[in-house]
Amino acid sequence: MTVHTPEQIAKEERRYMQVFLWLTVLTFVEIGVIYAPIARLAIGSMLVLLAATKAALVAMFFMHLAAEKRTLAYIALTPALLCVLLVFALLPDLGAITRALTHATPPAATAHE
Amino acid sequence: MSHAAVAEHEFGLEPAESPLTPESWGKLGMWVFLAADAMSFGGLLAGYGALRYGDPTWPRPSSILGIQLTALMTFLLICSSVTMVEALAAIRRGDRDRLEWFLFLTICGGMIFLGLQAFEWNKLILREGQSISRNNFGATFFILTGFHGCHVFGGVCFLSAILGRASRGVSGAIIVPIVAALLTIGTLVVTSATLSGLVGIGSAALGAGVVYMVARLLRAPASVYSAHNNNEVEIAALYWHFVDLIWILVFTFVYLV
Repeated sequence: MTVHTPEQIAKEERRYMQVFLWLTVLTFVEIGVIYAPIARLAIGSMLVLLAATKAALVAMFFMHLAAEKRTLAYIALTPALLCVLLVFALLPDLGAITRALTHATPPAATAHE
Repeated sequence: MSHAAVAEHEFGLEPAESPLTPESWGKLGMWVFLAADAMSFGGLLAGYGALRYGDPTWPRPSSILGIQLTALMTFLLICSSVTMVEALAAIRRGDRDRLEWFLFLTICGGMIFLGLQAFEWNKLILREGQSISRNNFGATFFILTGFHGCHVFGGVCFLSAILGRASRGVSGAIIVPIVAALLTIGTLVVTSATLSGLVGIGSAALGAGVVYMVARLLRAPASVYSAHNNNEVEIAALYWHFVDLIWILVFTFVYLV
């Protein structure tokens, strides 16, 4: 069992407060970004980046992943990579849905025929 | 070169690897569970993304969902993560009182979050006319936030079990989470019946207070946890931070993007 010295604990507590402040600031930035007069794609990209940063802060410092063995970090990162792959795997379906919606004959037109 | 080193060199044997989590197997088990659970959320979020971007008529979330309320809920979960790390830091110092106090604050944060979520759901269903079966927006919204809410409920019970165990060993770890579960359900019912966010916050805080009082009433002179034995607190903390991390992603993808 690892025993932490009082100095280590005090240092960790200071870091927790810094991370808390960063998370709060980033949350406010997220709220501000959605009202920014810029393209929706740019807003979406910024929000994804901000969310990834916040998630990384929680994982690295609150869950102590930064201090763990690297293999454990790989285990934790694997689901994130698999989820990105999953999104790409769903892209053909996404294309099919969009095609079906844009080329479908309107119900009123088929009723006349 | 020693005989062992020669054998390793000739036969390609790898030196014995130290465990990933030398503190406890439970911690490794929790990490593996969290990795699997992350895949569940990943699948739901990927499905949400595919349905949303394949539908040009998808409503803009900020026009239906209350961003300010959800931002408050996000801030609340971040605060509860901080109180959780403070609880762990307290027991690593051997300070049992502060462990119990910060666990109470974390449980309180979780219960208030659930109270506000009940308020939000009721507002959407009764005032906005949304439902799980109305359209894809409703289906994905209620499934994603509901699945996360179940995790918060599980986390409240888990942390209450740790609080009970810190107070009175096994019997505390059984009684306190049962009280917490009943009071959380009570909070959800009261919030839904009154349709008031303030009542949700108040009843959740009151419920968390009762959980803390029960733990204090059961309190034995000696605690299971100490500066040398706090693995279970760390494992519970991992789960709670994961719940916070997932909400950060759900908040961004479902409410803001």
